[in-house]
Amino acid sequence: MLTLTCPCCGISACETELAPGGEAHLKRFGPGSPDADFESYLFLRQNSRGVHFERWRHAMGCGKWFLAARDTATLEVFGTYSAQTTEPPADIIAAIRAKRPDWSPA
Amino acid sequence: MSEQAVSALPGAEATGVVTVREMGLQGMVSLRGDLAALGTVVMRLTGAEMPAVRAMTKGRGIQVAWMSPDELLILCDHGAADTLVADLTQAFEGQHHLALNLSDARAMFGLSGNASTLRDVLAKVTPADISALHPGEMRRTRIQQVAGAIWFETETEARVICFRSVAQYMFDLFTVSAKDGGAVGFNR
Repeated sequence: MLTLTCPCCGISACETELAPGGEAHLKRFGPGSPDADFESYLFLRQNSRGVHFERWRHAMGCGKWFLAARDTATLEVFGTYSAQTTEPPADIIAAIRAKRPDWSPA
Repeated sequence: MSEQAVSALPGAEATGVVTVREMGLQGMVSLRGDLAALGTVVMRLTGAEMPAVRAMTKGRGIQVAWMSPDELLILCDHGAADTLVADLTQAFEGQHHLALNLSDARAMFGLSGNASTLRDVLAKVTPADISALHPGEMRRTRIQQVAGAIWFETETEARVICFRSVAQYMFDLFTVSAKDGGAVGFNR
């Protein structure tokens, strides 16, 4: 079972209290952007095995979105952080580096 | 309006290892906005302090609960909810906010019984850590298939609120969870 701590209300929420929102830190390409960028924004995902950044919503709780860094293979959670960030914050990167020295941000 | 109002399951009660009761009409006002800017008015109108994260505070016959970083739930008399909403709306005139009487969109249940058994009955139907929940804190969580919020008035008296549309489900669920022999002895 995956347990993520919601940074908005501080609750350690069980996976079943959360709604998944897919990969985090996507850059939106809307109308008027090149087809290749639009396709990549809509469909192309990292789908990584290992360190991954995700969006989650505390649906059965405070209702807020937040972001989480975890390992998709081991389910190890490195940390959760505010959804109002465009890239993983330094402390999350440090927490991942501490456990996965050979990992580097994409 | 209010004299014709009927709660979700008037008088529903079931007794097993704990007693489950539908609590009848309960005023509930949702107040949303920048919580840092709402405190003074909330204090003036309810007598309750602004609750800390997940906390509940008490005022003049009113409880104020922290629901999310931008939302409070004010529990008051059913008949007083409309007046409170009008007062809040007037007080926050020109300020970005939402005050809404949700009383008749919700149902409230009371569970009372032995402190440890009561926690067992609740813990069986939710992933929330009930053993860490104490009076003065509200825990919004999943209660089997539906969303709800749980808090303890005292160690032997719990309250659960949910949407009115799932009131029957919630009552049936707790009735089964509280059946005789239903204590599992996890919470001591």
